[in-house]
Order: sequence, then C-alpha cells, then structure tokens
Amino acid sequence: MRITQGCFSYLPDLTDLQISKQIQYCLDNGWAVSLEYTDDPHPRNTYWEMWGHPMFDIKDAKAIMGELNECRRMKEESYIRMCAFDATHTWESLRMSFIVQRPTTEPGFMLTRQETDGRNLRYETRAYVMEKPEGSRYK
Amino acid sequence: MDTPIPNPTIQAGGSAERYRAGVMEYRKMGYWEPDYEPKITDVIALFRVTPQDGVDPIEAAAAVAGESSTATWTVVWTDRLTACEKYRAKCYRVDPVPNAPGSYFAYIAYDLDLFEPGSIANLSASIIGNVFGFKPLKALRLEDMRMPVAYVKTFDGPSTGIVVERERLDKFGRPLLGATVKPKLGLSGRNYGRVVYEALKGGLDFTKDDENINSQPFMHWRDRFLYCMEAVNKAQAATGEVKGTYLNVTAGTMEEMYERAEFAKQLGSTIVMIDLIIGYTAIQSMSKWCRKNDMILHLHRAGHGTYTRQKLHGVSFRVIAKWMRLAGVDHIHAGTVVGKLEGDPKTTAGFYDILREDKNAINLEHGVFFEQDWASTRKVMPVASGGIHLGQMHELLHLLKDDVILQFGGGTIGHPMGISAGATANRVALEAMVLARNEGRNIMAEGPEILNQAARTCMPLRQALDTWGDITFNYASTDTPDFVPTAMPAR
Repeated sequence: MRITQGCFSYLPDLTDLQISKQIQYCLDNGWAVSLEYTDDPHPRNTYWEMWGHPMFDIKDAKAIMGELNECRRMKEESYIRMCAFDATHTWESLRMSFIVQRPTTEPGFMLTRQETDGRNLRYETRAYVMEKPEGSRYK
Repeated sequence: MDTPIPNPTIQAGGSAERYRAGVMEYRKMGYWEPDYEPKITDVIALFRVTPQDGVDPIEAAAAVAGESSTATWTVVWTDRLTACEKYRAKCYRVDPVPNAPGSYFAYIAYDLDLFEPGSIANLSASIIGNVFGFKPLKALRLEDMRMPVAYVKTFDGPSTGIVVERERLDKFGRPLLGATVKPKLGLSGRNYGRVVYEALKGGLDFTKDDENINSQPFMHWRDRFLYCMEAVNKAQAATGEVKGTYLNVTAGTMEEMYERAEFAKQLGSTIVMIDLIIGYTAIQSMSKWCRKNDMILHLHRAGHGTYTRQKLHGVSFRVIAKWMRLAGVDHIHAGTVVGKLEGDPKTTAGFYDILREDKNAINLEHGVFFEQDWASTRKVMPVASGGIHLGQMHELLHLLKDDVILQFGGGTIGHPMGISAGATANRVALEAMVLARNEGRNIMAEGPEILNQAARTCMPLRQALDTWGDITFNYASTDTPDFVPTAMPAR
C-alpha cells in the first residue's frame, strides 16, 4: 500500500526539480522549511524526528535540497517529509507538508476490532512494521 | 436628502415637550442623529431600507433604529426613568443604494449595553426582531454588521478552527476534499457505510451526512453512526491517513442532540454536524459541547436561502457568517461560485474573507461594508458544496484558495468506475492543480491542460473529465454587490 499523508501523495513521486520548485514557493511566502523523518507511519504519529531545526534563515532552495540529500543518505529506508512553517500571527503552524522519500516497500496497517458493549467496536490501527524496534523497521 | 432635523435637546430625563403624550416622528425622537460619531464599542448595523411610497427615507431609517432598539409607536413617559439617550439606536447616515431607486442604505449604531454578552439569540432578537414586519417599509434587509472587539470577546468562537483542525487531521497545503453521501435519503445503514468507505479509501478526507439525514425509518441514527465509523476506521487503515465523516446529530430536542453527539464521541468520531435550522441557541450549545469534547463542529446552512438570497428583504449571508463565527462553528457552507447554488463570485469572496481573516478591511466590491477586527477569534473553514466537479478544479482553487473543503458529492459517487475511483480522480486533480499553482503556472489559463496531463497517469481522472469536463451552471446571481470598483468611493 501507499501511505497517502502529505499534500502530493496521489501524484507520482516528485522529482528533485519538482521538490525544489515547491521549496521555492514556500520560501517566497516567507515560510521556514524543515525536514522530518520517521519509521512509524501511524496517521496520528504527530512527532516525526527532526532533521535539525526548521531552516529559518535559509532562503535558497538549493541549500535545502542539499540538506534533503544528506537526510536521504543517512535515513535510507525511512519516510521523509518536507514541512513549511508560517509564524504569522493567527496561523503559527504548518502551511504545507509533503512526503519526499518513502521506504522501498510499505506493508501498511492492520485494523483490529475488539467487540465491546452492544454492537460497539474498539478499533486499533497498527502498522505491520511496528513489531520491530525503531531503526530496523524497513530493513 | 431633506434638511437635517435638529437633535432633540439632550438633558437628564429629557424635556417635557419631548415626552408629551402622542405620536411623534422617529427622526424627532432621537433615532436620527446625522452628527453622531459611532463609538469604538458600538455595534453597527447596515440595513437596506425600502420605504413604502411616500414615506421619507430618513424617517424610515430612523424608524428602523427605533423599532430595533427602544422605541414603540408612541411616546412613553417611562423613557424618562432611563438613560434613554444611551439606549436609543442612532441612525447616523442614509445613502441611496446605487442603481436602485427607492432603496437606501441606513447605518445604525447601537450601544453595547443593549446586548447580552455571548448571545446570538439576544443580538438577533433586537436587530432582526419586530422591525422586519414594520408596515411603513416595503422591504428591509440586514446587509452587514460591525461587532466591536468588546463584544467579539464575549463569544467563544470556533473551538477548533482552521489551523487546529489541520493540525489534528495532519493535512496541510491543500484544500480538503469531501463528499455528501447520495442518494440523500433511502440508504440503509449498511449501504450508507459502503459509500463512506469507498469514498474515503479512494482519497477523500471527509464524507458528510446530508442536512435531512437524521433518524428515519430506512436508517436509524445509531445504525448509521456504527456503520460509518467502521468505514472511517477501515479507510484510515487502508490509506494511513486520518479520515472523518460528519455525523449529523440534528434532532428534535437538545437532549436528543447531546445523546447523539455523545455516541459519536464514544465511537471515536473526530467531527459532528448540525443544521442551521436548529437555531442560534442550540448552535451555541453544541459549540460548547464540542469545545469540551475535542470535536470539530460542521454546520450545514440548511434554510438560509429563505432569507439570504433576495436583495430587497431578509438578512445577507455575510451577517449569518459573522454570527456563526461568533457562535463557534468550525465548518460552514459558504458557496461555490461555480456550482449549482446561488453565489456571485465577489459576494462569495466577501463571505470567505469574513470566515478566514483576522481583520476584514472595508471592501464594497465584495459587499463588505465595515472593518471588522476578529481579535484572534479562530477561523471558520468554509465548505464549497453543491454541483461542483473536478473539471472546475483550477477555478475552485483560484477563487476559493487553500483553506476550504471542496465537496464533490455527485462528482464522486457518480463516477463511471465507481465511488473509490471518483474519489481518487478528485484527489489527483486537486493535488496536480496545487502542485502546478505552487510552481508558478497560471492555472486559470492552463487548468484544463494541467488536468489532462495528470489524467495521463490516472485513468479515473481521464474518465471523470470525459464525463463532466464541460458541465457548467451559468445562471445570473440574485445576491450581487451594489458597488462596482469605480462607482463610489469607500467612506
């Protein structure tokens, strides 16, 4: 399966040229770009690991692509997402987030159902890879 | 305009002359004060007044001020027991409506003490109360309101709002996608959940109950909630993405609505839904419940067309949008421009600004007559729903921007390859358009080409374009702005 988090997951994987154009769009809007990676793909895993701080002072898409390539080299079989943060008052959150690297295979999620009172069910979504410890899930 | 009437002498308790028993013109009773400078704490209302033939427009406007505040048809001595100068609404400006002989814009200021804090019911009982049936007027329309910050701050506003909703759903950088389950009526719970599952699995973020889906013989509400949440959880596992379905908790009583909302919470739903026709107090109650229970609140504006659509009489939707932001809904249907329902592009843009900005500037071209400071009240996510399809994606993104939920009901469920394919086609079209816009391409000029290009790697999109690509709803709007860019300067 293909995890569809992020704003471009239904398109074919973006090329580096396409990624760098999106970064430029973020920079032109005055947003700070950051990179995050994880091997826990749960939809409610909010805190992916930070690849350094948001790059508040970098105004050059090329430099950010350099960081991305470094991150890809170090975190080969991880999800990596590119985020853009807007510090404007009354927003002060992400403006954009999209996946820029995926593991080679994505086994997906198991849905478990626990029968409880009446017809109620308790659902749990669990990624198959979570049986393994962090760092070895997609090897 | 006639010669201005001198203001009545202002003195504690008023003069004996002013309060002699009998009938007096409203303009002479203190409801017309052309020199009045509205205070920063005043509530201001703008009415479109159409007097009966022979009725002086200033007198008509003063009567509106009077009837929506302290006045009755005759002089009453008991006014003298109060600080009545303060409580009188004051009409301070009357302008003819451009290109509409016989109609006038009346600006009326109300002292803050006239209104109960945090109550849309109280505000609206004054402003749109008896006055709308007043005989000397042919028609009356509440066009816009300015709420002072002092009043705004007495309301909770949306409990979630656009930003936190995005954080909670982990969805940034594109409009959200939804669909209303169709047919609106008749599906069993089991069949209904099938539509929800297919649509969410295919790529939508939300599905939605329609306004009249409550608890009927063909599908009781508990059945619908149970099957829908099975569908939501299954789609979430299939995509690794947060999904939701607006469970409509609208019911005949508050007690019943709370019971349905509690059940939705127990099942783990992220969102519940209500209809506008439940009334302002019920809406504020549901908003409080949502705040307490971490729930997003979706409002379907069922019924608004009965009073918002005609320009001469009723209440503009921009006022309803302001009231609903104060009342604290997180989503509200606000028009599509290009779909099957009423919606002039500029007027609709005005509604969207009211819902999404922290400060509204005067924008007569969009029908926004007042500056409005929302004082950090959270932003409401507008919902565009009703006869839109993916062939219009470039127009929708261009007109409505990113913070909107695009709901393609028929355009998802009616796809020739099935619901899931319909959902995928919508999502691919949306992402391709956002990507292209961010790259700096002119999507209004290149939109169809961008869609065709994306369809090369997406068969469902190709088929959707072949089916609906050319459908349009080109009818003249009735609720249009009165000001064109060059007609009249802003005040």
